[in-house]
Amino acid sequence: MKQKVRIAAGQGFWGDLPDAPVRQVEGGPIDYLMLDYLAEVTMSIMQKQKARDPNAGYARDFVSLMNEILPACVDRGIKVVANAGGVNVEGCANAIVDVARKLDYSGKVKIGIVTGDDLLERIDDFITRGIELRNMDTDEVLASVRDRIQSANAYLGAAPIVEALGKGAQIVITGRATDTGLTLGPMIHEFGWAENDWNKLAAGTIAGHIIECGAQCSGGNCQYEWETIPDLVSVGFPIAEASPDASFVITKHNGTGGRINVPSIKEQLVYEMGDPHEYITPDCVADFTTIQLAEDGPDRVRVFGIKGRPSTEFLKVSISYSAGYKAVGTLVYAWPDAYEKARTADKILRGRLERLGLSFDQILTEFVGVNATHGPLAGKPSPDLAEVQLRVGVRGNDRSAVERFTKEIAPLILTGPPSVTGFAGGRPKVKEIVAYWPALIPKSEITPQVETIEA
Amino acid sequence: MRIRLREIAHARSGDKGDTANVGVIALRDEFYPLLVRELTAARVKNHFKGICKGEVERFDLPNLGALNFLLHESLGGGGTLSLMTDAQGKTLSTALLRMEIEVPDPEAKQLGLAKANGS
Repeated sequence: MKQKVRIAAGQGFWGDLPDAPVRQVEGGPIDYLMLDYLAEVTMSIMQKQKARDPNAGYARDFVSLMNEILPACVDRGIKVVANAGGVNVEGCANAIVDVARKLDYSGKVKIGIVTGDDLLERIDDFITRGIELRNMDTDEVLASVRDRIQSANAYLGAAPIVEALGKGAQIVITGRATDTGLTLGPMIHEFGWAENDWNKLAAGTIAGHIIECGAQCSGGNCQYEWETIPDLVSVGFPIAEASPDASFVITKHNGTGGRINVPSIKEQLVYEMGDPHEYITPDCVADFTTIQLAEDGPDRVRVFGIKGRPSTEFLKVSISYSAGYKAVGTLVYAWPDAYEKARTADKILRGRLERLGLSFDQILTEFVGVNATHGPLAGKPSPDLAEVQLRVGVRGNDRSAVERFTKEIAPLILTGPPSVTGFAGGRPKVKEIVAYWPALIPKSEITPQVETIEA
Repeated sequence: MRIRLREIAHARSGDKGDTANVGVIALRDEFYPLLVRELTAARVKNHFKGICKGEVERFDLPNLGALNFLLHESLGGGGTLSLMTDAQGKTLSTALLRMEIEVPDPEAKQLGLAKANGS
């Protein structure tokens, strides 16, 4: 058994620094490259792409990335675990097979395919059988938005990834899998942890939580002494160095920028935290109040002492549904009296919307430079502000009303308060809102499937 | 003496639907008891009046010198439904650090705060 396994994070979200995974592969030794491509509403975008083209519906970025790094990964024995498959895991795997053949790596790459998360075709069956898939936030039953559902996927955990690695897969592609499972899976595979060794599973899960947002644990978005964090131009993405006893070190490649220390890890640990006693994943329930941290040399933090408990009988399901339309318009007002001018413009705009008889579920006005981030806590603005951006958003089910709103912004320049600019981009775009519906489903309903193909 | 929370803590915030979380971390271990004492859920709820329309829950993480607050109904519907610039509550971390707290002078002196504050 290896005594140390290095799992490198290459993407903190879909759209993160494109060269970060390349730098993880090229910048020093790693054993695994972990890539998270799926945000909450990503699946609905991919579902739409697949409806237009049956060969689409996965993260194409992953294919171009593999085109760049596949030879290095194969030659050095680096395994890749990615939830890049979206709603077409087979299509994604086939694209990687094509890449391998093109690069003359035929017969040298085994690809693991994890499916079974896509529930879109099973929704009616669930509802008929009394599985209501109630919204975890609002408690509404899913039937209330049945005709507007665009995608539905269960979050799979580490187990099918472990199975794929066990079958010799060098590249494991999943659909909706938890970010934490992408990191925990390789640890279970390498160290042979038992499926009920809750403390170890919790430790691997927390390692996953720390590195899943990429550089957000290694100096990015870090408040602690932020002015002194070196060389964010070349910020190093995190690497979890795991040991068989489930302690691990968070570090980054030598010569990269950013900073890893106890405060930077603490900031990431509390990110998107709920009840710290129960961080629930398909694999275990991790207790964040047991985490111990210690500095372990420059840009190294050791994490140990973690306790976990048995996983629950449910999996989380991520459902996306169409929820109306929105548009946001902005204009910039300059000194003097920038804030007063922006406020007056807002009143005029609202008066015109009212005169047109347009109604919306919500209208929100923000004054960027005054209250857009901290609201009333920002206090009274200085009368001498150099400029203020008026930002007005509307939301509603009537697309034509939202469309009409977008035509009322530009006219304010010639029909409202003076010293105004900032309309070079044209009319605001109307966006369809795809909203997120979190629900729970009994684990017994979901059977992950794992297969491997040779390139 | 009155100090701003940012003198003794750093923070990070994020979202889960229409709920924002703000994790507040003591800059030095010896500041943590001050956070535990002063940052009650009620106090934080009052601080965020006009922003947080729901309940505030507090969870303690003494192992990290941190407190985690859940601010329910704070993100204009949350996710893609929200019209807010900060629909994910990412800047509520520093919004909390604006809070002013009263520290008895002897305690402030013991914690080295008086000096840091130049008074």
